[in-house]
Amino acid sequence: MRPRLAVYKFASCDGCQLQVIDVLGRARPHLGELAELLDIEHFLEARSRIGAGPYDVGLVEGSVSTPHDIERIKEIRQQCRFLVTIGACATAGGIQALRNWGQIDDFLSAVYATPAYIDTLATSDPVAAHVKVDFELRGCPIDPGQLASVISAFCVGRKPRLPGYSVCVECKERGTVCVAVAKGIPCLGPVTQAGCGGICPAHDRECFGCYGPDRQEPNLVSLTGFYERHGANRDSLGRLVQSFNAWAPEFRTEHDRLSGDAP
Amino acid sequence: MSDVRKLTVAALTRVEGEGALRVRVVDGKVEIAEFNIYEPPRFFERLVKGREIREVPDIVARICGICPVAYQMSACHALEKALGIRVTPEIDALRRLLYCGEWLQSHALHMHLLDAPDFLGCESGFTMPPEHAPFLERGLRMKTIGNQLISVIGGRAVHPINVTVGGFYKAPSGADVRGMLPDLEWGLAAAEATVAQVSRFEFPQFSAPHEYVSLHADDDACREYPMNHGRVVAVAGGHTTLDIPVADYATHFVERQVPQSTALHCLIEPGSRPYCCGPLARMATSRHQLPPRAAAAAAACGIDWPTDNPFHGIVARGIELVAAFEEAVRLARGYRQELSVPRVEYRPQPGAGCHATEAPRGLLYHRYRIGDDGLIAEAVIVPPTSQSQARVEEDLKAYLPTVLDRDDAEATRRCEHLIRTYDPCISCATHFLRIERHSPGRPS
Ligand code: SF4
Ligand code: SF4
Repeated sequence: MRPRLAVYKFASCDGCQLQVIDVLGRARPHLGELAELLDIEHFLEARSRIGAGPYDVGLVEGSVSTPHDIERIKEIRQQCRFLVTIGACATAGGIQALRNWGQIDDFLSAVYATPAYIDTLATSDPVAAHVKVDFELRGCPIDPGQLASVISAFCVGRKPRLPGYSVCVECKERGTVCVAVAKGIPCLGPVTQAGCGGICPAHDRECFGCYGPDRQEPNLVSLTGFYERHGANRDSLGRLVQSFNAWAPEFRTEHDRLSGDAP
Repeated sequence: MSDVRKLTVAALTRVEGEGALRVRVVDGKVEIAEFNIYEPPRFFERLVKGREIREVPDIVARICGICPVAYQMSACHALEKALGIRVTPEIDALRRLLYCGEWLQSHALHMHLLDAPDFLGCESGFTMPPEHAPFLERGLRMKTIGNQLISVIGGRAVHPINVTVGGFYKAPSGADVRGMLPDLEWGLAAAEATVAQVSRFEFPQFSAPHEYVSLHADDDACREYPMNHGRVVAVAGGHTTLDIPVADYATHFVERQVPQSTALHCLIEPGSRPYCCGPLARMATSRHQLPPRAAAAAAACGIDWPTDNPFHGIVARGIELVAAFEEAVRLARGYRQELSVPRVEYRPQPGAGCHATEAPRGLLYHRYRIGDDGLIAEAVIVPPTSQSQARVEEDLKAYLPTVLDRDDAEATRRCEHLIRTYDPCISCATHFLRIERHSPGRPS
């Protein structure tokens, strides 16, 4: 029997699900391979028919941000043999996790006139804060190529292998002149996990860490220290590490250290 | 004894985001028709407070993975107005080319994978029977070309990294941009074939007079089918009901929160009128600005524009596919990397500015205030879905009586189709649709 795939959405922008559609629908010539490997059983955004669980692989987009979300992710965990988070929202809480530092009431009144209507949690949590996750695929958004290799690995019952190095390595591979060294631009490439192809430095700008912290113990303190010694503003560095993966432990700790919130 | 019928779609499928439908009919009269959005709020207006000007385009892109360019464009223009800078004509042309890429991928996705299955009697684009394979494959290839165009200019297809206030971080190479031409020319012919095909679909007989709102660019400053520029214009029944500069937007449009939704409903004043934006609205206000081949496709499709039948949305989207390919061909031919200074520099300074652009789903308004510290002090963002939402509910009320003779499953499916034809970008929710019939006095 072919593996049965389910795709779920929590608080997110749909960008990662769009990459799933892209990979599945790049179809025909290539879809060939993937679509023949599996059955899409639950994917609200793409089809109306819903096949009953349990499923072999569940892909989860988005962060957990309401009481109902917590119930839902627990049910999903029970339905899926392998649970894979896709993207920065599901893996680290996403950009919306900035609220984790602030007062939710302040956020609510900034957007909605009558906050009482909105049923929401004070925090935007990574999926792994509530259930066990079998694999975390990073990126804001995830890379379609990495997604395809993760799905096919689970389909054949193998653990996916993804690069364990940083964006820096991708810059060297594509021959990009280092923006930090040559132009003095504070760049998170040295501490960010590879996967995007090093596209930001190739466009003469900094990496802002959308693939999350490198898996090999990134040394943020020494990196930001280097930028500070070369004239970078501390507040600005704090903002740099506080974006799409702000709540990832390595980035969070460094943000709090830079802003003086840390113990 | 009155007959009460409830239709509930706890989770709409084939829509982007989470939404539900709730309908209550008493003695054949529609009492409640609600299109609820329960996408958990992410508070973007608050998230950009205290951030640097240059961070805004990257952050607001994450509001929507399907139209990130629209969010980047509205933000950049609004912030440039706040800073008092103007980009060069070359940057402006490159922005329009990038926007074409977004219309292409978004429209091709919605038409082929989300909307067409309703007309073809399938439950998903992925499971269309083989006889529709050529239609689907052509659509997916058009979508891929849109993605590639965004990648060439923006660095990647979802959440481009090359867009910044003042222009672009790096000018794309002339060879890369012109290298898109064979695909774009193929796409232009493919889109024409698609329009011919979707205009032969069988459309539900339904019409509801609409007030349509979009940008309109028809003066000496700019004359084009609207994307990045124009005045805000409303038309209803062949008459112009509003014609204002974007700067006056806030005095004519109000947002109201409704209990069942996390999105705000947007209405035109005076009279709190619901309205509709997106492809049908642009066709209503600006069809005379369509480039020649798109205009020819619009004239040949057998629909009198403007139309009051929302199910014609798929044809309007197809005509805009033709227009976007046609414009992309023109702009890619004219692109010269050497002419393009990638960006206009600025110095952060206090100020305020607003701007609207045409996202694939319609008018997208942004307003920002920059504080004395050069950081964002305040942001207001009005996305297209909340603007059309009140209109969708009005349509549901008008459409329901025409489907009540069907069984519950079919009536519900038809209501879902009506919602989908608007291409609401919410990220839909529960997937079961339930109709309950009961009379008062009996347990429901
Ligand atoms: S990780 Fe980024 S691209 Fe993916 S859903 Fe979240 S905001 Fe969107
Ligand atoms: S260079 Fe960094 S910020 Fe840019 S896409 Fe890659 S990981 Fe994301």
